[in-house]
Amino acid sequence: MPVYYYIFLSATLFTIGVIGVLVRRSAIIVFMCIELMLNAANLLLVAFSKMHSQAIGATHPTAATDAQIFVFFSMVVAAAEVSVGLAIIVLMYRNVHSVDVNFLNRLKN
Amino acid sequence: MNNILHIAWLIPFLPLVGFLVNGLGRNQLSKSISGIIGSGTILASFLLSVYVFLSVKDGNTHVAHYFDFINTGALKIGFDFQVDQLSSLFLLIITGVGFLIHVYSTSYMHDETPNNFAKYFAYLNLFVFSMLLLVLGGNYVIMFIGWEGVGLCSYLLIGFWFKNDNYNSAAKKAFVMNRIGDLGFLLAVFWLITKLGTTDYHTVFQNVSQLTSFDITCITLLLFVGATGKSAQIPLYTWLPDAMAGPTPVSALIHAATMVTAGIYMIARSNILFTMAPTTQTVIAIIGLATAILAATIALKQNDIKKVLAYSTVSQLGYMFLGLGVGAYTGAVFHVMTHAFFKALLFLGAGSVIHALHGEQDMRKMGGLKKYMSITHITFLLGCIAIAGIPPFSGFFSKDEILAAAFSSNPVLWVIGVLGAVMTAFYMFRLYTMTFLGNFRGTDEQQHHLHESPGAITFPLIILAVLAVIGGLIGIPEVFMHGGHRLEAFLEPIFRESKKIQGTHHLSHSTEYFLMAASVVGASIAIIFAWKNYKDYRYSTEENTGIARVLENKWYVDEIYSSVIVQPVRALGGFFTNVVERGIIDGIVNGVGRAVNYGSRQIRLLQSGQVGTYVLLMVFGILILFVIQLFL
Repeated sequence: MPVYYYIFLSATLFTIGVIGVLVRRSAIIVFMCIELMLNAANLLLVAFSKMHSQAIGATHPTAATDAQIFVFFSMVVAAAEVSVGLAIIVLMYRNVHSVDVNFLNRLKN
Repeated sequence: MNNILHIAWLIPFLPLVGFLVNGLGRNQLSKSISGIIGSGTILASFLLSVYVFLSVKDGNTHVAHYFDFINTGALKIGFDFQVDQLSSLFLLIITGVGFLIHVYSTSYMHDETPNNFAKYFAYLNLFVFSMLLLVLGGNYVIMFIGWEGVGLCSYLLIGFWFKNDNYNSAAKKAFVMNRIGDLGFLLAVFWLITKLGTTDYHTVFQNVSQLTSFDITCITLLLFVGATGKSAQIPLYTWLPDAMAGPTPVSALIHAATMVTAGIYMIARSNILFTMAPTTQTVIAIIGLATAILAATIALKQNDIKKVLAYSTVSQLGYMFLGLGVGAYTGAVFHVMTHAFFKALLFLGAGSVIHALHGEQDMRKMGGLKKYMSITHITFLLGCIAIAGIPPFSGFFSKDEILAAAFSSNPVLWVIGVLGAVMTAFYMFRLYTMTFLGNFRGTDEQQHHLHESPGAITFPLIILAVLAVIGGLIGIPEVFMHGGHRLEAFLEPIFRESKKIQGTHHLSHSTEYFLMAASVVGASIAIIFAWKNYKDYRYSTEENTGIARVLENKWYVDEIYSSVIVQPVRALGGFFTNVVERGIIDGIVNGVGRAVNYGSRQIRLLQSGQVGTYVLLMVFGILILFVIQLFL
């Protein structure tokens, strides 16, 4: 499959994520949208990695694996982030009995 | 021969030490100690000067290089002292007359508190130090340090009684007038550095032929502007009469030994430059003569004893500049010397009178002091005769030399000069007659306290009187005695080059006799006329009219300066402070503040606290960056 299929898919996923973050008010949904953006980026990394290994794999043996290992890293970081993020959301719900992000506007002033 | 170099620096250094000791210890020292320190350092300098003078007389002249004052690679200015005939002569005048004035001051200033007394002597010593530095300096920059120093000290001493507002403004006037002149001097020095890359006298004078005549004319004119400020010539002379605000010995010091002679010294020192610039010489001669006449006419109608003497100084300085302008450099220096003697004598005598009368300076309220103050009277009379130019007193020889040189340059200059000399004789004897002859016109209280001044005052008077009488004998003209002009022979090395350029023109003996006779007869008639007119002077409150009134008001020069220069400058200053400063500059500064204030109040609204808004803005920002990156 040509690489731009992956690029379009990734861009679409990313845009959905951005729009989700912008328009949704529920903290859970916003959080999920952030994950969506993250994974759009991961997808792109894997796709380009594949492309590169076809082009220069003969002379650069690590070209096929570098980006894919990097994706593992970002998935691990994402998992850690999810645990922290969910904990924050739980605490937020305990405090204000809501997960509406617009409710948290005390940064003002 | 190295001896001179070793002690030359001590001459200005000792007064500096005196200044520091008196200045720093003014709260601890008693009056007698600070008086001894003040006078003693000057006496020591005087003795050293005599030694240096004698050694120079044997032909020992030096430029002593002590250390580099400015060294920037291309420009190198050393801290040099030039010990030669001209400077050693001035050293003698400054320290000798200065010492007598110091001694006189110990008695004159005795009513001051110890603190002020020591401060006074500190200033006096600093004054002498600056003047010695000016005279000894081996280049124009060192001279300029002394030049500024005397300006500063004159300010400090004229305003010594600073609690009086008038005295303070007199001090400020002296300072400002001097600054105007100093600017000219400084520009001349810069010009020299640009063209020749050095300010050393001997290098400048050797390379003077490299300069175009335009350069020389401009440099000498600028130097002359400096001299008009320091030596009180038109148009900057008005500070000198106002400088009377200071204590009388200070006036004597400023008028006789230091300060005002600086301009003469500077031009005599740079005589080669000036000889190469005939235009400047003409300007100097005309300004000198005009000053001499203007000041003499003003002195005719002044009633303050010190004011008369002040205008007479301005007038005599005019003669010196006339001498410089017609190339009679020796005559000018000679007149500086004799003038130092008799003018110091006259001022100190006037101080003695003022002291006896407890501060009265109005001659209309004096009279008949001959009976009470015999020493002051005799010495003052000798001073008056000397300044009037009656032979064989000192003033005759020096003034005659200048007038003879003026005659050979242009007889018109001579006629006007003699007119001024006649006026000099008149106003000096008017002063003498009003003060010492006739009946006492003051209060009974004052008459009761009239007394001769103490020894510390009369001693300098006697010494100066002797000098004023015989001082002229070192410059007897050739007509009277072959080889009689010892001063000219002594100063010959300094003015040799100028003489070569100028050439010498000799007047015939009969002409010279006629010139002398004319000025002596004129002066004698003026003396008799003054005596006749004022011997029975009675105090009257009648106001002067016509020309006398104009003279009494000093030709209204101060008023003219005030309306032509001071008021417009004030108005300009008012414009700048009210319109430019308050309106424009304050407007800009406050406007910036107000704009920031207003702007931030508007931008603050962006800070809504809504996370969504922030994210939206962030996304917009990123999109903009993308667009810039990809398409621009």
